[in-house]
Amino acid sequence: MLNKEVTIRNATGFHIRPAQLFTEQAAKFQSQVNILVKDQGVKVDGKSILGLMTLGLALGSVIEISADGPDEEKALESLVQLVEGGFGEV
Amino acid sequence: MSQELNIQGLGVSEGIKLGKAFVYSPVRLEDVKDQKTDAPDMEAGLLHTAKAHCLADLDALVARANDILGEEKAVILKGQVSMLNDPSFFPPMEKLIHNDKWTAETAVRMITTQTASIFESMPSEYMRERAADVRDVGSRLLMYVRGRQGSQLSDIQEEVIIVADDLSPSDTVQLDKQFVLGFVTRIGGKTSHTAILANSLGIAAILGAGSGIEQIKDGDLLAIDGATGVCIVNPDAKTIEDMREKMRFQEESRQQLLAYADKAAVTVDGFKVEIAANIGTPEEALGLLGTGAEAVGLYRTEFLFMSRSSMPDEETQFQAYKSAAEAMQGRPVIIRTLDIGGDKELPYLELPHELNPFLGYRAIRLCLDRPNLLVTQLRAILRASAYGNLKVMFPMISGLEEWRKAKGIFEEVREQLRLENIPMAEKIEVGVMIEIPSAALQADRFAKEVDFFSIGTNDLVQYTLAVDRMNEKVSYLYDYFHPAVIRLIKQVIDASDRHGKWTGMCGSMAGDPLAAPLLMGLGLHEWSMSPSAIQKIKRQIINLNRSDCQELAERILDMDTPAEVRAALEASQA
Repeated sequence: MLNKEVTIRNATGFHIRPAQLFTEQAAKFQSQVNILVKDQGVKVDGKSILGLMTLGLALGSVIEISADGPDEEKALESLVQLVEGGFGEV
Repeated sequence: MSQELNIQGLGVSEGIKLGKAFVYSPVRLEDVKDQKTDAPDMEAGLLHTAKAHCLADLDALVARANDILGEEKAVILKGQVSMLNDPSFFPPMEKLIHNDKWTAETAVRMITTQTASIFESMPSEYMRERAADVRDVGSRLLMYVRGRQGSQLSDIQEEVIIVADDLSPSDTVQLDKQFVLGFVTRIGGKTSHTAILANSLGIAAILGAGSGIEQIKDGDLLAIDGATGVCIVNPDAKTIEDMREKMRFQEESRQQLLAYADKAAVTVDGFKVEIAANIGTPEEALGLLGTGAEAVGLYRTEFLFMSRSSMPDEETQFQAYKSAAEAMQGRPVIIRTLDIGGDKELPYLELPHELNPFLGYRAIRLCLDRPNLLVTQLRAILRASAYGNLKVMFPMISGLEEWRKAKGIFEEVREQLRLENIPMAEKIEVGVMIEIPSAALQADRFAKEVDFFSIGTNDLVQYTLAVDRMNEKVSYLYDYFHPAVIRLIKQVIDASDRHGKWTGMCGSMAGDPLAAPLLMGLGLHEWSMSPSAIQKIKRQIINLNRSDCQELAERILDMDTPAEVRAALEASQA
């Protein structure tokens, strides 16, 4: 399993569009993807748009993305890139 | 032949229409009872087939939203697709069927309401509103589980009058507007989503018609009058003839008014004023052709910011302002800088919730605090100024410092663009909106520095009389004929006259025929209104005598109450 901490950089956090882009991307990989929010002590399935949205994350929130499976390296890299790129909104 | 039946509702959008009823009855999650099954495999099969139907529906809706309804709606619909495919949405429904032997209907209701309630408890308003999206997905599933029971707006293929309990924003995505003659709904009022939609599309609408609509059957002939709120079910031959007569009359008066479109607004004794239109999008500027609008007195830029999920960049804004400038072919277009906050929210700006939003962080206050917003907008406006006759005004100015800061930013941006060798208009007038009494009271000071004033009566009345017009308990106090408001308007116009500047008005008072003699008497230079009012106001101005109006205004300025003012104006038009 691989994981990495990233900071939400787009103003809206996981609003519909970013959450939709994230889960769409996560679903392309076989690996199990999870998102952990340490200060809330909550973990959700990274392929669940409902899970992501209900975290209520905003600009500046720190999350840990983890990927576990045969394509974990690629999965983690592309998801981190998506978040750090601000979902094309920054 | 069925009996003729009269239903009375609230007329919220004008238009007399005759057409067939389309009774819209979406399935309701809350009507589903707890029910167990002996055949879980069959129920699970139903659920799977329903999901496939829903995905096909949503695909078609996304494509349609992309084409006509804009990015924002497409995003919401795509989100619904992701919800259907969500591991925490559909699989738990299957579990409820297999493990607990609930029927597919019950499973859909349980998971949908459970998920929606999580959203409903979230602190962000944006997220709370997403509960409606969850319910939409669930209702669609339920409809297919029940074998397509209920009707869908996307099924409409001919001209109809839609009869419904209420219409939600997601319902209206499905509408093919060319087929909609009118709306009749059981609930809803003048400020509801459906009312706003009907008005902006020019669709006749009667809302809040109550339980009477339950008697309307699919395919019944309806005659509706969106002005009076009268809906007649199965009209007899005589009623139909009456309605046709009214439609002819409506068309005739529309034609008669059309004759005033090309006329200049000059009084009998030769005083000319400028008649302008309020718009929210550049497309509306194109629609002004033929209405008689001589300018755009208010271009509300916030719609450009509202119909999307992130800030429009400089290029997007530039394109919009350029199209508005070009559409008006050299005639003036006054662009109001971002007027957001208060009752208008932008989710991506993440504005804090306020107890008193109308007295809070909004409009120019927000823009001066986040100057990047204003700089980007002013760059876009200045670049677009090369393509027409643009003017700029700042909203919610309360004092001279705010104006000077905003004007300072304007000058800096212009200097920067000059350095970049970007073409701009030689001269661009810059003015302030008068919406706050403090600015009206200091109009003489402002007049030395600004190029023009534009009076926004809606806010000016609210702030002068300390009345929230959305509050039904006090809205009776909201009245632009209050003598205090009239005195403020006079001060502003007089101050601009003394300094060789001009005053416009872009609030709803400018489009009120009853107010016209008073505004003429006070010497208002530019009148900006909803495009539908232009010809009526022109016709009236052409028949006014300015010196009579001045006498009337003098008398009105000496009155005590709004009622006296109204009575005097009504008498003058009798």
